[in-house]
Amino acid sequence: MNRYITGLILVGAMGLSACTNPDRFGGGTTDPTAGTTGPSGVAGTDLGALGDPRSPGYFQQAVGDRVLFEVDQSTLTATAQATLAGQAQWLLTNSDYLAVIEGHADEQGTREYNVALGARRANAVREFLISQGVPSSRLRTVSYGKERPVAVCSDESCYGQNRRAVTVISIGTLG
Amino acid sequence: MIKRFWAIYLLALMAGAAAVVAPVASLAQEPLRIEITNGVIEPLPFAAPIFEAETAGSEQLARDITALVAQDLTSTGLFREIPAASFISGVSSFAQPVAYADWRAINSQALITGAVSVNGSQLVVKFRLYDVFSGAELGGGLQFAGTVEGWRRMGHKVADAVYSRITGEAGYFDSRVVFVAESGPKDNRLKRLAIMDYDGSNVQYLTDSATIVLAPRFSPTGDRVLYTSYESGFPRINVLDVASVGRQQLTTEAGEMAFSPRFSRDGRQVVYSLANGGNTDLYITDLATGVHTRLTSAPSIETAPSFSPDGTQIVFESDRSGSQQLYIMPVTGGEPRRISFGEGRYGSPVWSPRGDQIAFTKQNAGRFHIGVMRTDGSEERLLSASFLDESPTWAPNGRVLMFTRETQGATGGPSLYSVDISGRNLQAVPVQGFASDASWGPLQP
Repeated sequence: MNRYITGLILVGAMGLSACTNPDRFGGGTTDPTAGTTGPSGVAGTDLGALGDPRSPGYFQQAVGDRVLFEVDQSTLTATAQATLAGQAQWLLTNSDYLAVIEGHADEQGTREYNVALGARRANAVREFLISQGVPSSRLRTVSYGKERPVAVCSDESCYGQNRRAVTVISIGTLG
Repeated sequence: MIKRFWAIYLLALMAGAAAVVAPVASLAQEPLRIEITNGVIEPLPFAAPIFEAETAGSEQLARDITALVAQDLTSTGLFREIPAASFISGVSSFAQPVAYADWRAINSQALITGAVSVNGSQLVVKFRLYDVFSGAELGGGLQFAGTVEGWRRMGHKVADAVYSRITGEAGYFDSRVVFVAESGPKDNRLKRLAIMDYDGSNVQYLTDSATIVLAPRFSPTGDRVLYTSYESGFPRINVLDVASVGRQQLTTEAGEMAFSPRFSRDGRQVVYSLANGGNTDLYITDLATGVHTRLTSAPSIETAPSFSPDGTQIVFESDRSGSQQLYIMPVTGGEPRRISFGEGRYGSPVWSPRGDQIAFTKQNAGRFHIGVMRTDGSEERLLSASFLDESPTWAPNGRVLMFTRETQGATGGPSLYSVDISGRNLQAVPVQGFASDASWGPLQP
């Protein structure tokens, strides 16, 4: 019974985490719990079976879909590199997936600079993945600057979570 | 209070001197004038008796327009309205001669009279401005005609005329501001473009909130707005026509992300940031020819560009020195010259329409400030301080700045504030809901 409930909660949590970026496909829904289907017609990602190492759910939870950055920095920490090495491995194994790497910043900065900083961070991740053998044609980058924080308090405990690059995977062509 | 003024007045008369009433000593000898300086200023007292309603049924409109004129002037911090309860005599007819003594007695240095008439949907507003202590009109009477619907604009035009005659500067009240209206929780903020009168009235939406929109920027004539849109899934620059609300994506140099656009002063070019391979540089696109020119080629971030009024230079921010600083470079290219040297980081520079100053955001020791400096970086002055102030925009006469102030925490959000270039008169712009990224448009014709 416990394992069943845990499984349900895990699936529920992963269902929510698949929809944290309603803007990624352009005219996305504003409802964070709904599926993400934008005007490009790209459907929300099927998370796959629980525990399947080839599934996007596994990529998000077990491999880790995000890396964090120091204030004003876009350099990859050792922890970040380890996570990204795992991401590269997964992407090489599951070659029908593409990725959009989102760069983000915390709110301690002006708007335009933070968009540029997010771009730097996303690109740092992209270059590392390429250095690990992932073809560049499968990787795109976007920056959200400080527009999409995941944590909303105004101190370092939240800022640290917001200074991130998230690798969002999907099957299909980016056009 | 009034008795004392009378006593001084009579005394001065008997002494054969011109009428003198503190605090402005020689007002009667010199034209009615406020010199806007950085020093402490005593607001100039004025009276605006309710404009005459020349047609039946226009009394409320006359009251509203008079109140709007008084509100515009008072909001500058340079004028102080004398309440009607203090009036010795009123002004019952726009055409009647002014009883100057009655206005001098209550120390009203300026007197504004007016009249309003409505004919169907047509509205006519007339006004006269009097220099009370000189006992004469200041400038000629003026008449504005328009629709009843546009009554606020006419009130603003009256206030602009009074303001410019007394300060010697152009006014800024008949202007609009484009901004981003925000709503929702901090981790899922909805943003949409909006436009309003400078005083927060007449808010209209220009886009829906389906995707992120950032930092709208008016064209010099106010007919178009540039902004950054995520509707394609990536930051791209759109041009929106204000009258039709139609929009299209700007064709920029090819790149992964385009953002931070501004028009040149002749409205024919757009300068912007383009991110490629993680690096952000400045480009210019000519709207007529479609030619793209790269302005910077550095591994650092170059963004937030702003043209000089004469169109020959651009100020922008760059972290090429290791931290965000302000630089100026010729539009034709060449080595940028750094102009910011204080402690902290500098961003979002905006060139004043007067050409003499740069407004900017400064970040230092965990605080944000709006500031101004001369174009060589000298005379840096900070005009505000808070948890997060950013993105200044200049009033069309270069005397006032509007900016975004964001409060902290999970329930925090942005509002628009304005401050005089001297640092005085900081006040919130009364807009409902969260608002950010204001761009102040020109004085309307």
